Amino acid sequence: MGFILIALIILIGITSYFLGNLRAKNLRTSNQKNLKSLSHYYGYYVALWAVVPALLILLMITSFKSFFIEQYVLSDFIALGSYTETELSLLFTQIENTAMGIKLFDENTILIDGAVNKLNYINKTSENLTYVTVLGFSGLLVLYSIFNINHKLNSRKIVEKFLIVLYFTCSLVAIMTTVGIIFSLLYETLRFFSQVPITDFLFGLNWSPQRVFVREAGDLDTRDLANAFGAVPLFAGTFLIALIAMCVSVPVGLLTAIYMSEYASPKVRDWAKPIIEILAGIPTVVYGFFAALTVAPLVRDIGQGAGLTVSSESALAAGFVMGIMIIPFISSLSDDVIKSVPQSLREGSYAMGATKRETIVKVLLPAALPGIVGSFLLAVSRAIGETMIVVMAAGLNAKLTANPLDAATTITTQIVVILIGDQEFDSPKTQSAFALGLTLFVVTLALNFIALQVVKKYTERYD
Amino acid sequence: MTDRIEQRINSLNKRLNSEKRFRIYCIGAMSFALAWVLILFLNIFSSGYSAFYRTVIQVDVPFLNLIEDTTQFSEMSSEDINNLSMYSFSKKAIYRLFPDIEEKKDKKMLIRLFSIEFEQEIREFLKSNKSNINETETIYLTASDDVDQVNKGNYPRDLDEDKRRIKDIQLLFFDDLVDRGLVSYEFNLPFLMRGDSREPELAGVGGSIVGSLFTILVVLILSFPIGIFAAIYLEEFAPKNKVTDFIEININNLAAVPSIVFGLLGLGIILNTFGLPRSTPLVGGIVLSLMTLPTIIIATRASLRAVPPSIREGALAVGATKMQAVMHHVVPVAMPGALTGTIIGLAQALGETAPLLLIGMVAFVVDVPQTPLDASASLPVQVYLWSESAERGYVEKTSATIMMLLGFLILMNLAAVLIRRKFETKW
Repeated sequence: MGFILIALIILIGITSYFLGNLRAKNLRTSNQKNLKSLSHYYGYYVALWAVVPALLILLMITSFKSFFIEQYVLSDFIALGSYTETELSLLFTQIENTAMGIKLFDENTILIDGAVNKLNYINKTSENLTYVTVLGFSGLLVLYSIFNINHKLNSRKIVEKFLIVLYFTCSLVAIMTTVGIIFSLLYETLRFFSQVPITDFLFGLNWSPQRVFVREAGDLDTRDLANAFGAVPLFAGTFLIALIAMCVSVPVGLLTAIYMSEYASPKVRDWAKPIIEILAGIPTVVYGFFAALTVAPLVRDIGQGAGLTVSSESALAAGFVMGIMIIPFISSLSDDVIKSVPQSLREGSYAMGATKRETIVKVLLPAALPGIVGSFLLAVSRAIGETMIVVMAAGLNAKLTANPLDAATTITTQIVVILIGDQEFDSPKTQSAFALGLTLFVVTLALNFIALQVVKKYTERYD
Repeated sequence: MTDRIEQRINSLNKRLNSEKRFRIYCIGAMSFALAWVLILFLNIFSSGYSAFYRTVIQVDVPFLNLIEDTTQFSEMSSEDINNLSMYSFSKKAIYRLFPDIEEKKDKKMLIRLFSIEFEQEIREFLKSNKSNINETETIYLTASDDVDQVNKGNYPRDLDEDKRRIKDIQLLFFDDLVDRGLVSYEFNLPFLMRGDSREPELAGVGGSIVGSLFTILVVLILSFPIGIFAAIYLEEFAPKNKVTDFIEININNLAAVPSIVFGLLGLGIILNTFGLPRSTPLVGGIVLSLMTLPTIIIATRASLRAVPPSIREGALAVGATKMQAVMHHVVPVAMPGALTGTIIGLAQALGETAPLLLIGMVAFVVDVPQTPLDASASLPVQVYLWSESAERGYVEKTSATIMMLLGFLILMNLAAVLIRRKFETKW
């Protein structure tokens, strides 16, 4: 019903644009007086009155409707006073399903029959009521605004003001997103820390939240919670995998950037640069599949050939593939930085008889260092926040290890493992995922901030 | 004297050699990066292309055994045909391939050469051809996943019998069928049309393609106007003050937030606080639009900034208001850049998986979704789901899904490049 109503509102909006336009033209010809704005602005003016309040009312109705319907349908049960909140909402779902023809109750009591009837009745009424209110409002405002048009009204100003407000609201979405992220993470995290001390979370060595899940039936004492939520193995695993990724991507990315900016002919550049950037455009789930199905068995076979025991979900495989994914981040950022070093520095160095390598290593790299370090930091923050590769190719069990051939798990992996599928919301297990998310958010933000500061502070200004 | 010259020459040679070495390292690094692009694509394509055709086995179905006169089918409605009991009849039709086998166990093995929906397939054939059914009709039935994989050569036949899923006697049947020319390939249309299934030979990406389309549609509807309006405000109208600075810092930070954090936002706020339905493209689209907004805003701002001030000033000089100058003259010129940014943002959203896992778009959905409010998967999530399955048949399906995903991404990026080439104005 929502779509039809919105379509109707839009239809009214289009019609009222023409009405407003027409009215303005009529005024112009009949009064022989100039209006303050061009005719079509009066059209927009009327259309805005027709559409915007109606949409706002519709939004309000849809967001509060379900609450009122539930109150009304359950009023008899609430009057009894013997139900808790959760029981009531369960009851409401059952009544809803019964109304749809699914038999849920063993015996239909008068109360339930009454509630089902009430639900059917209120659903129908509220739908009709919504149509009448919204369309009625829209129509009334169209009439009001049309009669409001006269040669003193400057509709252009009103329309432009509205647009500015609209644009400003859109730009606030970014702030609202940030606030939403921080609020949702903090809310759950604080509830988590009210049950598990923050020090246990940050310094504990044992991560096994599923144990809480198993023990849920019995009462869980704090010592158990403390032992289950030590995130150090996750931090270590994240660090290990990110380190492996950086070991692959830093040399390759940097050398590629040097080649692109200093050695390659324009033709090679034009071909190679976009191809390497493909690596950045490939969805991470593809890398995950590649790591789990091709690279991990390969690493295992090679390792076993050399007489080592390699886990089939080794950190090495996940880290290596992640490193390949990150190459373009480092190479294109560093490429830009190296290219932006002024030509005069290069020429000065060549004039002193330095070879290309000496110029690059001793002149260009030091000059470009802040930018390059910045790109490394951005790459690290990428590696830490990367999810799908580690979910698919790294281990799921938290184990404190520094051996790259062993299975290691990461922060992101655990978030997914905990939150995938059905979760009950009041368990510390679910909340721990939000605490991990907050950690991740803070760390990546800090890395990006530091990267920006490094670039800003240490970049040399030439000319 | 000669000593010093020799020394000089030696050191020069050393320097030149290290120059050469360095160059080789650089070329090596770049070739390494390029090689992995190639390896990745070859790997996916070589294991994925075979999912686009499937093995079918030709079976003669004697419809006369089901009914006395086959012309009667034309008078039956679809419902009547659905009510026909066809299971044992269908099995008998398959037994006719090998009339000699008597043992129940062998018969069961024979049936297992086919996908479990063989009865349904015969019924569908009957429904769509009910007006002209002959006494015996030749129907191509889908082979089971094991047979399909053996036929494509993906499955090793020389393992011990107890180590493989397909038994010796089934291989015997299969080879005989091949010799009789009853086994053939056809284009795997069901793979493109159907939803997910627990049986690899019946699983399709249709559901997740539609899910992805709905998600992208929601992203487009939300993030395109919001992104462009926000960019216009920040670039053209925003006063230089703390609020504006704060908004800008926020946008830049959001661009760097890991995608999984947006999943947590979706779970905590959109699902639990606002109570929108789980697992739906609507919620997925909202979460992904929040994620892609910074990309669109940053790209649009860059292209607005690239519009020369003379255009703005020209419009203002002939009496346009600020709003008119921007909306009639600056924005149209900056539109190609904004569109390019939007398409790139959409491509990002299309390939994103992690946030969708958290808002429950990993549900096992058999039906192709009809609206953005139906539970569904998306293409990358389908890749994740199938990659967790053990059956050999899902490997090629996963790779094929990746191929389609990459295909869509390449198309979108090509579109972005073309728009930029065609409409970009040089000043």
